[in-house]
Amino acid sequence: MINSSLPELSAALAARKVSAIELAMLFLDRIDRLNPGLNAFIALDRERTLAQAKAADATLAAGTAGPLTGIPLAHKDIFCTKGWRTSCGSRMLENFISPYDAHVVEKLTDAGMVTLGKLNMDEFAMGSSNETSYFGPVKNPWDSSRVPGGSSGGSAAAIAARLAPAATGTDTGGSIRQPAALCGLTGLKPTYGVVSRYGMIAFASSLDQAGPMAKSAEDCALLLTAMAGFDTRDSTSLERPAENYSRDLERPLTGLRIGLPQEFFGEGMDADVRAAVETALAEYRKLGATTVEVSLPNSGLSVPAYYVIAPAEASSNLSRFDGVRYGYRAPEYGDLNDMYSKSRAQGFGAEVKRRILIGTYVLSHGYYDAYYLKAQKIRRLIAADFQKAFESCDVIMGPTSPSVAFAFGAKSADPVQMYLSDIYTISTNLAGLPGMSLPCGFGANNMPVGLQIIGRWFGEAKMLQAAHQYQKATDWHTRMPGGLS
Amino acid sequence: MSWEIVIGLETHAQLQTKSKIFSGSSIAFGAEPNVQANAVDIALPGVLPVLNREAVVCAIKFGLAVGATIAPRSIFARKNYFYPDLPKGYQISQFEIPVVQGGGLAIRQGEQEKFVHLTRAHLEEDAGKSLHEDFHGKSGIDLNRAGTPLLEIVTEPDMRSSAEAVAYARALHALVQWIGICDGNMQEGSFRCDANVSVRRPGEPLGTRREIKNLNSFRFMQQAIDFEVQWQINEIVEGRAIRQATVLFDPDTGETRAMRSKEDAHDYRYFPDPDLLPLEIGAGWIAEVKSGLPELPQAMQARFQVEYGLSAYDAAILTASRAMADYYVAAVTVAGAANGKAVANWIMGELAARLNKNDMDVAASPISAAQLAGLIQRIADNTISNNIAKKVFEALWNGEGRSADEIIELQGLKQITDSGAIEKIIDEVLTANQKSVEEFRAGKEKAFNALVGQAMKATKGKANPQQVNDLLKKKLGG
Repeated sequence: MINSSLPELSAALAARKVSAIELAMLFLDRIDRLNPGLNAFIALDRERTLAQAKAADATLAAGTAGPLTGIPLAHKDIFCTKGWRTSCGSRMLENFISPYDAHVVEKLTDAGMVTLGKLNMDEFAMGSSNETSYFGPVKNPWDSSRVPGGSSGGSAAAIAARLAPAATGTDTGGSIRQPAALCGLTGLKPTYGVVSRYGMIAFASSLDQAGPMAKSAEDCALLLTAMAGFDTRDSTSLERPAENYSRDLERPLTGLRIGLPQEFFGEGMDADVRAAVETALAEYRKLGATTVEVSLPNSGLSVPAYYVIAPAEASSNLSRFDGVRYGYRAPEYGDLNDMYSKSRAQGFGAEVKRRILIGTYVLSHGYYDAYYLKAQKIRRLIAADFQKAFESCDVIMGPTSPSVAFAFGAKSADPVQMYLSDIYTISTNLAGLPGMSLPCGFGANNMPVGLQIIGRWFGEAKMLQAAHQYQKATDWHTRMPGGLS
Repeated sequence: MSWEIVIGLETHAQLQTKSKIFSGSSIAFGAEPNVQANAVDIALPGVLPVLNREAVVCAIKFGLAVGATIAPRSIFARKNYFYPDLPKGYQISQFEIPVVQGGGLAIRQGEQEKFVHLTRAHLEEDAGKSLHEDFHGKSGIDLNRAGTPLLEIVTEPDMRSSAEAVAYARALHALVQWIGICDGNMQEGSFRCDANVSVRRPGEPLGTRREIKNLNSFRFMQQAIDFEVQWQINEIVEGRAIRQATVLFDPDTGETRAMRSKEDAHDYRYFPDPDLLPLEIGAGWIAEVKSGLPELPQAMQARFQVEYGLSAYDAAILTASRAMADYYVAAVTVAGAANGKAVANWIMGELAARLNKNDMDVAASPISAAQLAGLIQRIADNTISNNIAKKVFEALWNGEGRSADEIIELQGLKQITDSGAIEKIIDEVLTANQKSVEEFRAGKEKAFNALVGQAMKATKGKANPQQVNDLLKKKLGG
């Protein structure tokens, strides 16, 4: 049961082979047993979970169940979840109980899904290794001496260890795709504006996008169909007709044109990652796709542009955490300014403070044009590069991450090395494009390698089709870390 | 050598929308602290702003009323600073590209008219309030006002005296109420002004300005500017340079004092708010708003001059506020266009004096426009004389009757126009006042007036004065 796909779980629930309560208990018991070694879950509430499962069982009994009714999932702790502690991985919100549900949580709950708990993450989603969480790092289930990736590391580790069949994640520069790659999962970052950001604690508003993480593209398609949709509470949410993202899954790939950006296959990618990606591309050719070389000439500027724009927005977004109305307040302070500085100095971790400082600097008087404005111009160039590339291909493929999961501490002393972990994922966020990662083999030390697919704007169904057809022909996505049964 | 005073004003007008500019909370004044602050207003983690369309309509109305350009695309920006009553740690405002650009306002001082140019007007949200009293040494925060929509209206440095600044502020105050975008309540802070003041020798470049914050009455504005101007002149005369600063006016002392200097001014780190899309306003939307706009004061002034034969001055006075214009229009509609000038005279004379004396606004006048019109009609048709009319006006003010007609009837004030009756009275007067008759005959013109007075007195003022004059002349001459 723990290895079942979402449609399989749905069928089992519909056939009353298992109840929603039994399913929830199955995963809660695994969490009790395995989470202490992984640290993926940072908030659990058995009663609340079982109450939701009971309601799902009633829906199932009434015959009004949907395709996700009764299926458990867990939420990245960046999503406000009514009645749950919502910490965003920070001491700042260690005691914050959200009085409302994020749009994504609302939609998945309305679809009958059962919340298992809240998942660990890099503090305020700032990190690529989950080492910045105030609640301690998440371990990679494939090798507990290695990072699970970040910032949605808790989501990735929970699914990889089969503590949850699915999870929500968010992706600002690769935070869904990179941990999915490092933990051997499938994860999708939708086109900017497809999923409402309401209730998702903001890191960088113009880049943040929520998406599903699961074992397969088929599962992600189901989840995305439930998560996506216009929301009047988010001005950047796009008013488009609802889509069934599973609609094209079974269509063959004959004639699919895959663009391979030369910039994604140059130096900087580890040999084991390259080998796995090349093998996957060969498989795609077997499935009837053709590959064509494309160029994204400005992609080398994506990391620097990102590390201007994202910290700039973050420095402002995180101003609300001031110790005045909720969240952490220093126990002792002098005047108002002292209360602000002590509360923020003690409430935020080092990486968050670093980004607030960078962001404050690039927005300050006299530097705005040189940094922020220039980065915005680069952003437009990067989007234009993609637009041009998509003239000759339907999807773009390449590695998700330049390396497999690295050891704890390997990059945490050097922020720039850490930032380069997202070198292949960041440009899609800057361009607002959808991207996904799916497992395509194993590299050094038997660690999973992720293949990245980048789609056109609103090309989610096409990406999912490409991923699903590959997953029908391969079994990388069914592999499970050893020693966790 | 003389000094030239240079003043520019920034006005925050609170817009009369039902809800806040970026959330659905009510903006009604006077609620219990924090009951009108929802998740967006208190800036819970994860909440997002959504622009209130009604606030944009207010901005468009204003732009049209001052002949400005309505930007087809304007941008909301974040102004970043920390303060306990600013929940997000930034204020959403407009910076580089405001929604209203240019335009201006004609102001009048007596017979003199002047045009004050506007730089811009932009939409923004208000902050909450910090309450510094009675919290056992702590401050209280009320976020009811946080997110209230404001239009910040900025002039060019066009004004040259405190009187001009006040004339502009009054004209703007009237205009925003006229077009229904602001209730103009200065006590409640719905309309507050900051004045940028500098002085220079004529012909020299602009001097360094100091900004007087939060002037919430016209009287304080005048006092504050006058004090500030004198202070700046003294500083310069005594050889000290003016340093750019923000100052506060203390109504108790009548003085301005520096709050912070430019050196400790914030770097607000403005940048476009990524949570909000650019505000796009198409020609269709503008046309739609325009069609719902009331006739503007300037147009109404021109019409009053043509339709009712008013002078430019009268027309300006009668359109100084929406309430005044409404009153005039209502009165003249009842009294008839032919009485337009008489209606104007009564409103600007007797009524204005009475209202002033009682510190009342025309909207609160105890005499309705229809009642005043009824009174004027009775003068026009000779039912009563101007003198009697004043009595009727007094009675109407005191609520002694529902209409002029009723009072005239009840108090028997109808003018006597029956020649026979008047003649009889004159005969009696002549008999009783032989001395005056003789004096008149001896060439004393004054004696004639005394006789008219006696005749009027005998009729308790009700006799038609013209008829009395004519008949008396005839009798004495004949």
